[in-house]
Amino acid sequence: MTTTQELSLITESFVLNMGPAHPSTHGVFRMRATLDGEVIVDIEPIFGYLHRGIEKLMEERTYTGCIPLTDRLDYVNAMNNNFAYCLAVEKLAGVKVPERGEYIRVITAELQRIGNHCLAIGAMLNDAGALGTPFFYLWRQREKIYDLLEMLCGQRLMQNYMRIGGMSQDMPDEFLPALAKFIPQLDSFMNEFDFFLKQNEILYARAKKVGILPKDVAINCSISGPVARASGIKRDLRKDDPYSIYDRFKFDIPTGEIGDCYDRYRVRIEEMRQSTRILEQAIKQVPGGPFRADVPQVIRPPVGEAYAHVEGPKGELGFYVVSDNSIAPYRCHIRSTSLINLTALRQMVRGWKVADLIIIFGSIDITMGEVDR
Amino acid sequence: MAIADVALSTPLAMQVTPADWPGGYWWHWLFFTIVIIAFVLVMVMGAIYIERRGMGRMQNRLGPNRTGPFGLFQPVADALKVLLKENIVPTTADKIVHWLAPVVAFTPVLLIFAVIPFQNGALLADLNIGILYIVAVSSISTVGVFMAGWGSGNKYSLLGAMRDIAAVVSYEIPLVLAIIGVVIVSGSLSLNQIVNAQDIPYILVQPLGFLLFFIAACAEINRSPFDLTEADSELTAGFHTEYSGMKFAMFYLVEYAEAIAMSAVITTLFLSGWRGPLLPPWLWFILKTLVVFFVMVWTRTVLPRVRIDQLMGLAWKFVFPLALINLFVTAAEVIIWPDVSQWYFVIANIVIGAVLVFLWSRIYKPGLGRIEV
Repeated sequence: MTTTQELSLITESFVLNMGPAHPSTHGVFRMRATLDGEVIVDIEPIFGYLHRGIEKLMEERTYTGCIPLTDRLDYVNAMNNNFAYCLAVEKLAGVKVPERGEYIRVITAELQRIGNHCLAIGAMLNDAGALGTPFFYLWRQREKIYDLLEMLCGQRLMQNYMRIGGMSQDMPDEFLPALAKFIPQLDSFMNEFDFFLKQNEILYARAKKVGILPKDVAINCSISGPVARASGIKRDLRKDDPYSIYDRFKFDIPTGEIGDCYDRYRVRIEEMRQSTRILEQAIKQVPGGPFRADVPQVIRPPVGEAYAHVEGPKGELGFYVVSDNSIAPYRCHIRSTSLINLTALRQMVRGWKVADLIIIFGSIDITMGEVDR
Repeated sequence: MAIADVALSTPLAMQVTPADWPGGYWWHWLFFTIVIIAFVLVMVMGAIYIERRGMGRMQNRLGPNRTGPFGLFQPVADALKVLLKENIVPTTADKIVHWLAPVVAFTPVLLIFAVIPFQNGALLADLNIGILYIVAVSSISTVGVFMAGWGSGNKYSLLGAMRDIAAVVSYEIPLVLAIIGVVIVSGSLSLNQIVNAQDIPYILVQPLGFLLFFIAACAEINRSPFDLTEADSELTAGFHTEYSGMKFAMFYLVEYAEAIAMSAVITTLFLSGWRGPLLPPWLWFILKTLVVFFVMVWTRTVLPRVRIDQLMGLAWKFVFPLALINLFVTAAEVIIWPDVSQWYFVIANIVIGAVLVFLWSRIYKPGLGRIEV
């Protein structure tokens, strides 16, 4: 039998440029992939196609005026971005948020987490070639979440709902009944969706043991969120460093076993269930009273610096704000989850095939708006 | 007499033209050529409509419903839109190959219909080797696809074309083996006689053969979940990435015409072709073809895409051995019990098929697919 060596067949690897305009790069991400046939020898991620200089823009605006900019970071979950930024500024200015405001914040943040995971799972399955079917079913649920958020603040995608010290407006009377009606419907949908996809042979073959992110690599790369939890790192800021009122709720932290694409998918599904648990508890506990502390539109926090982080749907989202006692932040740095989670991509995809690169990339769940800022 | 003279003086089809056809060979030829082209074009339009509307329904949306009643003219609108687009030829393209590829891909699909009976005896040429002819002709499309991939001068196209070659080379063998089961039972290679022999539809006599043929046919014509050649989420559009305008329309036509052709072959081989009560035979034929096509749309909507190594693994480790066993079992049955009613075969083969598929799917494991680099 003649082998390749005996025939002295010379094969070369070639460079395939994926993106910035590619159906599965979730925006304008670019990968220079070196391929040997179908096998990925190496990839080089290239960022920066969506850079808008948000950190610099924030230095030109008042503290309240920066909030719309944070919406545009990770446009899929604007509420969590608002949340992290407001927490940082409140820490800096020493503002106490009233109880009702905290509850509205938690409700909106968890709703957005569900919405984000709907998109993440749908996009990942779309990348796996499911041709939109699961995507559309999840999209419908996300649509209902947007309807609820629209009810709160009149805006669907970039809500810009939080303010320093609370929310921009109180929630209408019909919101809580609508939310209470939505939760059981979402639960039954999740069960049905899970039933169909948990036992899908092709999804299992495509995602199981594919793109394993070992625990130590995940820790070294500072990976957070569902990606880290899928690798078996039981870390969730809502439990480890409870901000706002998260210490009042009972919920579990789902973790994966080996950190493959399937685990990341499962962790997201379970997290959606846990979020509905938090919502159920929050609905029962919402108190009356003011929804916003008495904070002026233009504030001058004392000289100093503050860092606040939240457990966003994609992972740890942090804002580092420096004040020089003027009306605008002296410097604002964003610890963007997507960018840091993306750093492990190269180690995850080497040796896999082109099709795996797409599903691994999809399973990390990034938003380019947050990567490039 | 030279061989060429024999071929010119007595066309092969002329010898097998039904004797009672008025006007002789050439009228028969002209009539059926027009009928076949019209049939293919109209069926493709119907197929596009079924696919777009059916997928829409399955995906929680309406599908196109604005053009004409129930969106019936959507295929016309699609075709017009595509035809009016600019014809772009990339500078790196091999111009002649790039131009020729759609024609080479499309012609064999039309040729398939030459031997498919629309009703008893109503076919262009009742070749006594009809099914062999189909197997031979249908593979030529692959040359067109590879020409498109090579001639475009685009790496995505080349990757898609490579995948198509790999898939066709692998699946041609189980496809033929599945057909041989039918040929053994019916005792003929002529499609008209195969239909005439089907007092019981062969989907019952050859259930395993039908399943394997369906899988192999889907892989041959790149229908989902084996649509790796196009793989929109991985390779943007695969082999026809660089095509636009009329040439893209040809590839679009090929995609659906191939699906219709394979549905027609499945109808003829396994669903007793034009036979059926009450309705006219040609209507039965069209209805059955569309039902088979609908099953293809269904699988496309609900299943994710497999990976290239899983596609090959399925061919060589699952479909191929089962097709061999099926062939052996069928041959043994026909030799040992030549005079028994086929209903006994039906019961035996359904049991054997179910047991085999169950056991083999326990043994068969898709490979991991990672290669150390």
